[in-house]
Amino acid sequence: MRMENVLLRLENISVSFDDDLILNDISLEIKDKEFVTLLGPSGCGKTTTLRIIGGFVNPDAGNVYFNGVIMNDVPPYKRPVNTIFQKYALFPHLNVFENVAFGLRILKKPEKEIKQTVNEMLTLVNLSGFSTRNVSSLSGGQQQRVAIARALAVRPKILLLDEPLGALDLKLRKDMQVELKNIQQQLDITFIYVTHDQEEALSMSDTVVVMDNGCIQQIGSPLDIYNEPKNAFVADFIGESNILDAVMKEDYSVSFAGHIFKCLDSGFAEGEPADAVVRPEDIDLVEPEKGMLSGTVTSVTFRGVHFEIIVDIRGFKWMIQTTDYYPVGMSVGLVIGPDDIHIMKKSEYSGRFGDYSTYSDEIEELSENTEEEV
Amino acid sequence: MKISGKIYIGIIFAMLYIPILVIIFFSFNSSNSMAVFSGFSLKWYGELFKNDKAIDALVNSLMLAVSSSLIATVLGTAAAVGIYNIKSKRAKTAVMTVTNIPMMNPDIVTGVSIMLLFAFAATLLKLEIFGFFTMLIAHITFNLPYVILCVMPKLKQMDKNLPEAAMDLGCTPLQAFFKAEFFEILPGIATGMLMAFTLSLDDFVISYFAAGESFQTLPIYIYSMTKRRVLPDMNALFSVIFIVIFALLLIRNLMTKDSSNVKKAVNR
Repeated sequence: MRMENVLLRLENISVSFDDDLILNDISLEIKDKEFVTLLGPSGCGKTTTLRIIGGFVNPDAGNVYFNGVIMNDVPPYKRPVNTIFQKYALFPHLNVFENVAFGLRILKKPEKEIKQTVNEMLTLVNLSGFSTRNVSSLSGGQQQRVAIARALAVRPKILLLDEPLGALDLKLRKDMQVELKNIQQQLDITFIYVTHDQEEALSMSDTVVVMDNGCIQQIGSPLDIYNEPKNAFVADFIGESNILDAVMKEDYSVSFAGHIFKCLDSGFAEGEPADAVVRPEDIDLVEPEKGMLSGTVTSVTFRGVHFEIIVDIRGFKWMIQTTDYYPVGMSVGLVIGPDDIHIMKKSEYSGRFGDYSTYSDEIEELSENTEEEV
Repeated sequence: MKISGKIYIGIIFAMLYIPILVIIFFSFNSSNSMAVFSGFSLKWYGELFKNDKAIDALVNSLMLAVSSSLIATVLGTAAAVGIYNIKSKRAKTAVMTVTNIPMMNPDIVTGVSIMLLFAFAATLLKLEIFGFFTMLIAHITFNLPYVILCVMPKLKQMDKNLPEAAMDLGCTPLQAFFKAEFFEILPGIATGMLMAFTLSLDDFVISYFAAGESFQTLPIYIYSMTKRRVLPDMNALFSVIFIVIFALLLIRNLMTKDSSNVKKAVNR
């Protein structure tokens, strides 16, 4: 993959609507042909970031550069970017062919070229044979494909996708994820993808930008984001995490949950408070007396591939994923290896995440995140 | 309970439509009585077309209704789009309130104030300005809020990403309006235009004050006739007007039914 040159650059962007700070000093570089995902809970500013790139929102401060040229005042219709809107925004008065041809007709392309491009695009999204259909007679997934074909027909340098799969059911969403990734690689263009679904972000992206509260929390590859989260917010939002109050004893040694663990982290001051992250799938369960820590199982949930069990250790509820069944009330011991521990600097998010005592509530909150944001 | 409900509805519709049916019925009467039906004849329809004054008034009314509703529709649609796009909520409410005042204002107040304005302008310009143009201005004025009121809900229902999608694909804001937004709000524009047309056709009070000696619309002509005797050729005229308006409404309703079917399909 060639991704050397920076195609799009956001520099110190701030936006507020009605005195609400939506974006707070965002800077971001997006390279050519990269698949970038803006990931965060609703209201974090990810859609606004996308709309700034699309030209629909003017930033109060900061600059947008495309290929090194400032494009703050360039209107949407002159930008080399195209958008897939959340609810597709297809033109109901036009059929599938005319929807896809819309941009080409505005560009006043010759009829022959229009026909060829539209058919090419419809083939790309597996909709050849649908050209005379009314868009309102299509299913959600098919409408989605028309929207993709319509945006790609005008050959944008960057495709912006605003939660494009949000309205589809799970199975269709998984299929479309693969298809979108294929389309991106086939056409070799930059995708900027907005979602609140961390699984989607991890499986599709070259780079994930985690956002919360109008700020970028972390930028990195899916692996970096998962294995080395920068703060408690990222650790909690991406996957499941047990996050504990810790104190660094010295390099490669950390104390939390009343025990001193070996770890792989260094560069902290001696005695510096920190947050320790332990992923639920990295914890091994043994008999109570053989474990580094021990506690009682308080709940068991069957998840298909594994069991999710909650273990109470001195009042802190740990989540552990295991393929063996442990009944509620059983005493278990925990073994945590040095490479299972990730140490993060303290942040404003410390202490707000990572304890599973309110586990069921948290699940509900996440599923509510589908509503539209500004 | 069910039967009494049906009777109630029957009475209401009877009250509404019996007078009209009576007029249509007697428009085919061969004598000029409004009480005794002496035989079927198209005599009064023939008389109507020989009555130059009545036909002139009808043509005036139609000309005025068509031109004022067209202009009001263009201005009103533009105004609705403009008001819809006002960012500040407070400014939006303020503008909408001002827009609604002419609708709430009693016609007699609007009529007199418009007459005074034109009289003032006439003295200032030393011109005889009362006539078609003063009527046109008056009718556009009272039609405008109805058009805005019909278009606004369609704008609010529209997916706000639609014009954005058009711009995203290369349309200037003006192109985006005519190539995308326009088709979405078209039912509202059509309703607004039809409403403006009928309101203009049957307005009496405001027209009475804004008209001059030279320009008579149908309602004013009929009013002047009531001082003497209303001839049965008017029955024929009323029947024709009623059928035309009825047909217009029917077409309009069939159109909305079609577009609501499309809406359902989209939501599915």
